[in-house]
Amino acid sequence: MSEQVPILQIGQVLLVSIQTDLDDHAVMRLQDELASRVVESMADGVVIDITAVEIVDSFVGRMLATIATISRLLDADTVVVGMRPAVAITLVELGLSLGGVTTALTLDKGLRVLERRRLEAAAGDGDAEPGAVEAGFPPGGAIDS
Amino acid sequence: MTEPAVLSITGNNGVVMARQTVRSLAQDCRLSLVEQTKLVTAASELARNALIYGGGGTMTASIVDEFGRRGVRVVFADQGPGIADVDLALTDGWTSGNGMGLGLSGSRRLVDDFVLDSAVGRGTTVTITKWAR
Amino acid sequence: MAAASGTESLVTLLSRAGEDLAAGWVDRVSSSLGGRVSKAEVESELRELYTALLAALRQESVDVYGEAFGELRALLTELSRSRARQGFSPTETALSVFSLKQALEPVLSDGNEDDVRAYLQLSSLLDGLGLFTIEAYTRTREELIAAQAEQLLELSTPVVKLWDGVIGVPLVGTLDSARTMVVMEKMLQSLLDTGSEQAIIDITGVPAVDTEVAQHLLKTVVAARLMGAECTISGIRPQIAQTIVALGIDFGDIATKATLADALRHALRRAGTTLSTTSGTGVAR
Repeated sequence: MSEQVPILQIGQVLLVSIQTDLDDHAVMRLQDELASRVVESMADGVVIDITAVEIVDSFVGRMLATIATISRLLDADTVVVGMRPAVAITLVELGLSLGGVTTALTLDKGLRVLERRRLEAAAGDGDAEPGAVEAGFPPGGAIDS
Repeated sequence: MTEPAVLSITGNNGVVMARQTVRSLAQDCRLSLVEQTKLVTAASELARNALIYGGGGTMTASIVDEFGRRGVRVVFADQGPGIADVDLALTDGWTSGNGMGLGLSGSRRLVDDFVLDSAVGRGTTVTITKWAR
Repeated sequence: MAAASGTESLVTLLSRAGEDLAAGWVDRVSSSLGGRVSKAEVESELRELYTALLAALRQESVDVYGEAFGELRALLTELSRSRARQGFSPTETALSVFSLKQALEPVLSDGNEDDVRAYLQLSSLLDGLGLFTIEAYTRTREELIAAQAEQLLELSTPVVKLWDGVIGVPLVGTLDSARTMVVMEKMLQSLLDTGSEQAIIDITGVPAVDTEVAQHLLKTVVAARLMGAECTISGIRPQIAQTIVALGIDFGDIATKATLADALRHALRRAGTTLSTTSGTGVAR
């Protein structure tokens, strides 16, 4: 039986902190559960903390990208925080750049990104703000290996 | 040379076990953190491939010492349907299932040596090696 | 290994020569080392070797790589390592083994046929041990060289803090794949360690880039984005810009600036720091 990842709610934000090496079923379950929790809780932000995650392969990478896409459809922003350098280097080499996923160095910075988005949404200003980093290869950026 | 670790990949847990086995060997072999991460990620991709496309298989991992350099070699073997066009299968984005098509091509970029041996009806064997720098 | 007669006569020869032999050996070795190792030290080293050699021969073995010679090999490896680290030449190192032959010559002058045969046996054995010593020496030197190359690589890729939340990587000299990889890892780690969300890679001091290096730079930027940080590349010289265009590498929306100053201004703005100018000097608040 694979373990379950707790989803915490802090105000308007759903927080998921992945602490163990998840098998594929647990990853899929997390994806499903997060999607339904976003709808139920009316959250406007999702933070996925992967500080403790030692490897992100294409399966987990796809889960992160899918969650970001789903939450955007449900009008919530997703921020992936705490990716380790070795994991980032490996993902790039693998060919996965998580285009469209917002990232932040730490949980704290990730929460602040969501905070700013909320203020901007309230102010009706949709422009890219300083400090928000979106992952991905540059549009048209060519990387051949 | 050490006794190779043999693992059968039959369920979901097999992929997790494969990652853990390869990581501990990579640490024993003193691969750098980035090299470890790349190798474990490649192993995870290939173990999943063996499970999904090959209907399960075996992983044999060992520390190798050749021509004065040390590394970790991992062999994934399955008795699945095999791959008809090996070159095509190694192209980014190509997939026969519903994956992202990065498993084979991506893991090839993550390791130093990559040998894919497959034919229709004969199963698939992938051998990867990561050398310590 | 045709020495079917065994090693008995050799053991006898060595034991008989005893103290004289040891003294002669120590003299030769310490003079070959030119006094850079104290005589007492040489003596204790050689005495250990001598004991181990006799012990191995008593086991009727003349196979340098055999089990009986295990201890002797360990001693020789240790000796070679310390010599290599102290900067002795391979000759000086191997002489520690080979001089035993010369030290034994006087004993031979009034020896019998058995002694001569034993001497020849010892001679070929010492050749093998001498070669082993040189191999161990070379291995140590190679390790030293590799370690130094790594240190040099570390030295040549500093990561500096330019401002709160902004780090800089000034690259100087030719970039190859290996070095670019080291820079990449070091920069990403520094982003984490300093909590910086902005990094500037300055390539003013880089004479040329090839496709591979340009792609490594590109990958570094993408990896930084995955971690939640932005990179600006500054100091792209006209020749390099031309190369990049000619190679068909697309830097897409990656921020590139002509100078480090421009890049810093850009990074600070992205970090939310405002700049104001007072009588011609730029001051960041």
